[in-house]
Amino acid sequence: MKKPEEIFELLKIQFGDAIIEFGNTLPVEAIISVSPLQIQNIGKYLRDNEELKFDSLMCLSGVDDANGTKLKDADGTDLITGGTLSVYYHLHSVSLKHKLTLKVSTSRENPQVESVENVWKCADWHEREAFDMYGIIFLNHPDLRRILMPYDWEAGYPLRKDYKNPEFYQGMKVPY
Amino acid sequence: MGLLDKEFSDGNIVIAKVDDLMNWARLSSIWQLGFGLACCAIEMMATSASHYDFDRFGVIPRNTPRQADAIIISGTVTLKMATRIKRLYEQMPDPKYIISMGSCSNCGGPYWEHGYHVLKGIDRVIPVDVYVPGCPPRPEALLEGLLKLQEKIRNESLRKKSA
Repeated sequence: MKKPEEIFELLKIQFGDAIIEFGNTLPVEAIISVSPLQIQNIGKYLRDNEELKFDSLMCLSGVDDANGTKLKDADGTDLITGGTLSVYYHLHSVSLKHKLTLKVSTSRENPQVESVENVWKCADWHEREAFDMYGIIFLNHPDLRRILMPYDWEAGYPLRKDYKNPEFYQGMKVPY
Repeated sequence: MGLLDKEFSDGNIVIAKVDDLMNWARLSSIWQLGFGLACCAIEMMATSASHYDFDRFGVIPRNTPRQADAIIISGTVTLKMATRIKRLYEQMPDPKYIISMGSCSNCGGPYWEHGYHVLKGIDRVIPVDVYVPGCPPRPEALLEGLLKLQEKIRNESLRKKSA
């Protein structure tokens, strides 16, 4: 069993600059921020290292940080430019009984994160959902298409903070 | 019922209008499309099960739209599902009836404002005969809806479909 601080030191030795910061603001769990283009190697290391053995990806979530510049549209709705989208990975080691939270941040205009599908198989559908809801592109994902919304949904990514719902979808009125 | 009022000759002969006979046959064997969407479907299944026993009204699930008379829209209709429901409805032979079950399929229910993915009422896609309110409606409410539908069918005419 290892504390997040110790895991952070291990990762720092192994990956150097790809490990960005150690965040520990109570009451939130400790979060290690890493580079979005290194997450696959970091994931493999966390899974295979004998002292860590993170064999389970409990959850993978997309987040719209909404920290860009906010403009008001003509109809009063928000329009966000710049800032970041993030992905959080909640890891658990069944055998060693310890947990870890990883975070990657990527730009809102060109959100690219490495896929961890070939590290934890369950990331496949989680990443498709994050793509469906936030438009985050997971590089090297084998089958990156929408999972919940219709395949021909063209109105954008529904859980982004500046998302606007369309008037019509296939001739059906959408607003109440 | 009214059909057996006019029996004579030891009950072997019954005189009835064709309209009445056809309506009686139709309303006594409403075969529903075996199809459920969300939590309302659980209540619908409870209604089909032995305690409430949909079958005593002649309602049994058929697993193909080609042999179904009614479709019970039991649950939240997403926009993605609405396109499929429309196709299923179009595959059903006439006469066909629709019971909209629960707030979601009546008007969007709790998703009316922020449900970016929810159709705000199935009547935007297909014509509804009976609306059953509730979230979800109890089996008794669904049975009441079915009785309303039967009442509607009883007043139909072969020359003109009213429901």
